[in-house]
Amino acid sequence: MAKFYTKEHEWVEMAGAQATVGISEHAAHELGDITYVELPKIGKSVKQFDALAAIESVKAASDIYAPVSGKVAEVNQALNDAPELVNQGAESQGWICKLDGVNEAELGALMDAAAYDVYLKGL
Amino acid sequence: MELIFEKSVSGRTGVRVPLSDVPKAASLPEAVRRQEPVRLPEVGELDLVRHYTNLSRRNFSVDTNFYPLGSCTMKYNTKVTENAGGLFASCHPMLALLPGGDSLVQGPLSIVYELERQLAEITGMEEVTTQPLAGAHGEMTGIMVIAAYHKARGDEKRKYVIVPDSSHGTNPASAAMAGYEIVTVPTAPYGDMDLDLFRQAMNDEVAAVMLTCPNTLGLFNPHIAEICAIAHQGGALTYYDGANLNAILGKVRPGDVGFDVIHVNLHKTFGTPHGGGGPGSGPIGVRGDLVRFLPTPRVVRRVDGSYAVEDHPEGIGRVSDFFGNFAIMARAYAYITMLGREGLIEVSEQAVLNANYIMARLKEEYELPFDQTCMHECVFSASRQVQNGVHAIDVAKYLIDRGFHPPTVYFPLNVKEAIMIEPTETESKQTMDAFIEVMLEAAQLAKEDPERLHEAPVTTPVGRLDETRAARMQQVCCE
Amino acid sequence: MGYCPNTPDDIRDMLAAIGAASVEELFAPIPAELRAKSFNLPPGMSELELLRLMREKAASCGADITPFIGGGIYDHFIPAAVDHLASRAEFYTAYTPYQPECAQGTLQALYEYQTTICRLTGMEASNASLYDGGTAVAEAALMSLRITDRHKVILDGSVNPLHRGIVTGYLHGLSAQAVHVAPDGCASDLARLMSSIDDETAAVIVQSPNFFGSVQDFRELAQKAHDHEALLIVSCYPIAMGLVASPGEMGADIAVGEGQSLGNHLSFGGPYFGFIATRKRFIRNLPGRIVGETIDHQGRRGFVLTLQAREQHIKRHKATSNICSNQSLCALRGLIFCASLGRKGFEELAQLNYDKAQYAKSVLAAVRGVDLLNSGATFNEFTLVLPKDAAEVVQRLLDKGMAAGVPLGQYYPGMERALVVTVTEKRTKDEIDRLAALLEEVLWS
Repeated sequence: MAKFYTKEHEWVEMAGAQATVGISEHAAHELGDITYVELPKIGKSVKQFDALAAIESVKAASDIYAPVSGKVAEVNQALNDAPELVNQGAESQGWICKLDGVNEAELGALMDAAAYDVYLKGL
Repeated sequence: MELIFEKSVSGRTGVRVPLSDVPKAASLPEAVRRQEPVRLPEVGELDLVRHYTNLSRRNFSVDTNFYPLGSCTMKYNTKVTENAGGLFASCHPMLALLPGGDSLVQGPLSIVYELERQLAEITGMEEVTTQPLAGAHGEMTGIMVIAAYHKARGDEKRKYVIVPDSSHGTNPASAAMAGYEIVTVPTAPYGDMDLDLFRQAMNDEVAAVMLTCPNTLGLFNPHIAEICAIAHQGGALTYYDGANLNAILGKVRPGDVGFDVIHVNLHKTFGTPHGGGGPGSGPIGVRGDLVRFLPTPRVVRRVDGSYAVEDHPEGIGRVSDFFGNFAIMARAYAYITMLGREGLIEVSEQAVLNANYIMARLKEEYELPFDQTCMHECVFSASRQVQNGVHAIDVAKYLIDRGFHPPTVYFPLNVKEAIMIEPTETESKQTMDAFIEVMLEAAQLAKEDPERLHEAPVTTPVGRLDETRAARMQQVCCE
Repeated sequence: MGYCPNTPDDIRDMLAAIGAASVEELFAPIPAELRAKSFNLPPGMSELELLRLMREKAASCGADITPFIGGGIYDHFIPAAVDHLASRAEFYTAYTPYQPECAQGTLQALYEYQTTICRLTGMEASNASLYDGGTAVAEAALMSLRITDRHKVILDGSVNPLHRGIVTGYLHGLSAQAVHVAPDGCASDLARLMSSIDDETAAVIVQSPNFFGSVQDFRELAQKAHDHEALLIVSCYPIAMGLVASPGEMGADIAVGEGQSLGNHLSFGGPYFGFIATRKRFIRNLPGRIVGETIDHQGRRGFVLTLQAREQHIKRHKATSNICSNQSLCALRGLIFCASLGRKGFEELAQLNYDKAQYAKSVLAAVRGVDLLNSGATFNEFTLVLPKDAAEVVQRLLDKGMAAGVPLGQYYPGMERALVVTVTEKRTKDEIDRLAALLEEVLWS
């Protein structure tokens, strides 16, 4: 299934009506060693591009925005004890949460992998 | 070094507790009695004295090292002002709040009053309160005063505070604590808040704009009067962050320029010690029509020349228990009184001269992003050194090995690899020359032997510490 | 004057290096119309003259008054080692330990301080100190709003009224609600506090010992708060922690307090320090600086400022607080004070305060017409009801050299005849007996 990216460096991957969300490898690299991920509460509803979660390294803190609207169905509890998973695999085991009830039409406002690559090169 | 707790030996006692001259009382009821004694260390007095004496030797300090930490004004703290501040050690503040008690504490009340007058004259404001306990506390108090002003006018729609992106982090944090939303205006290529973008950001929902001048690049913003005028036209008030006041004593008074509220950091400009990160003191000054909103109580002078503590009923309430960090205020009062008018003007002149001297001597080797006359501090970038893999932090750590406290690095955020140097007025040319030599040496090493800089510091009790581990482990007290 | 060291020759050489003709030329970036319109201060003076002036002011600061007053600030004995060690310039002329390799002295001391606060309060994580007791209570209230994502705080009326004023001011700005629950005599009205807690409540704030000197068991209150997923905040007097159950033992989630009594001089109101400690799970919600343990590349133990991403210099308006300093030097004094006394001495000191206050209570309550208002246990403060207006009595006793206590009328309308008396270990039996005699005299002659 295809992955889509935001300009704020989140990624989203769809499986049916459920979306898995995380931050891009590029963002993880820029932040450096991740020390904490503030996971959203299960059941929380978010609109596309609203603040969803937060992430910290030693010298920086950033918000993670929802790439699509939805309701938090599951969070990656492993990050509570091992935030470094985001550094080890931001787009795999370092996923942040899963959203239910996603409207696929919203993906149109995002970039696909190729477009995101071009976007990064332009930064 | 071991922790004091690790030096504890069961049964060893330190200082002797006073003897009792009253009968032992029946014990507290079980439900409110502590079950186990507090697990404090059991050490003798000599062990204790050695432990903390040796710990102190693991610090760099102004009295032992040149400490050109930008934005922090690490000037020498005269010893006579230390003595003066200690004279009031046994004075209980509650005395002043007892009925008739103010007559017993005329000395300290006169200091509160006179210090407020001194600071009002220095900053060009109508009145000052010394209650805020630090600069950030002053900011919050100042914004609360601004909120009270708008509210008293029935102007309840204002919900934003404007700050430049180069501001100290305390500015937006303080405004947020006072209940405002923050609008951040970017810096223009000329180094100050972008005037056009500021104009666009101004509207009738803006309560205040907060500015530091000289700005965090150490540059004087020639547009401050215009910014004040634009803010006032839109019905907003202007807040002056006095962090950099050391540059302009006797030269510029924020009140004359059009600022409505200001805080000053007594521990920066007025010579009180930094204490390893505090205590500070952050009095605020306000223009005439804001005086009624200052915190309660106020110290006033009666017609007979005596001092009294008065409620200030329209004010924002209390922001601290008494009159502020009095022993710090007494030091600052002594400092201002000792230096006097000419001495304070000399402070700023020499602070600016020293900063420009260092800037002139280092700009051959270090990138100077804004090559113009600076005020009390100058900001370089390690961008040339980065080409050899050497970063600002590496230069900083090398300075430690050579006995100098590093300048501020990575601030302000609008200069990449920033190195911010503030020598202050109390350093001699000879001390600065020695520092300059080491900075030039570091620039040379960056070209020839970068590894040497990456390894630094090697002369300290510990090398570079693993901050990621600290943040992940969260070990903040011993078991 | 010798304050600025550079000689005319130095200045000439420096101007030459800069390429400026005069020092005044360096101020050219300041437009003429912005120049100061006035700078009307007297000329300076020498050290001798300055000290003469300051001593004159210090002569009028109530030194001959015997203080039986507290109200959050206490006249305790300070071991000589505290002044000596905290006067080391390596401590007091250093700044925030941003460069940890050359600040291990301050950092390790703060780590030891945090450990001490945790042990005193029965908590698991302390920060490196806040401004003072009042702002610490306010920061704890804000912390509870963040943790619970709620907007209501229940404030017990027996909490120090000065502190309550500060809390109310802080909450007001954030449009959060403060619900005040009046005390029942000298005690917290536990039944009303408990019935006020609901699912909108972020925290209940109580104080131990409270402003009237009473000590109460808050375990049931803690349980009730937790049933509603609200927090219990206990403000405590650290000297009492040698004898009185700690906030941790009572089930508190956040412990705060005024640290002055731990080795800090009275100094007419400051500087002191506030402390705040909590359960480990709430550590990220703490305001202010925190020191953590770590290692260097050789595995040597060292200390650094940690969890800084909570703070204003990184998170700006989203920070847990705007605070950008701590009261490092005052906290250091608190640490050295506690370490001087040690495990046994600290308990003995608390016991001594308790014994003296119990003696004073019996002697003063025996004065004709005077009653004790506290019905339960007290530590080193208690509340008397006088047959006359307490403010007047206090004023008359001040003339006789006694600060007899804090009259409650200005803080609690209706309690004009009540007086809170404080007895620390520094008050002698003779002073207590003299207070009783003078009180009798003022009341009845």
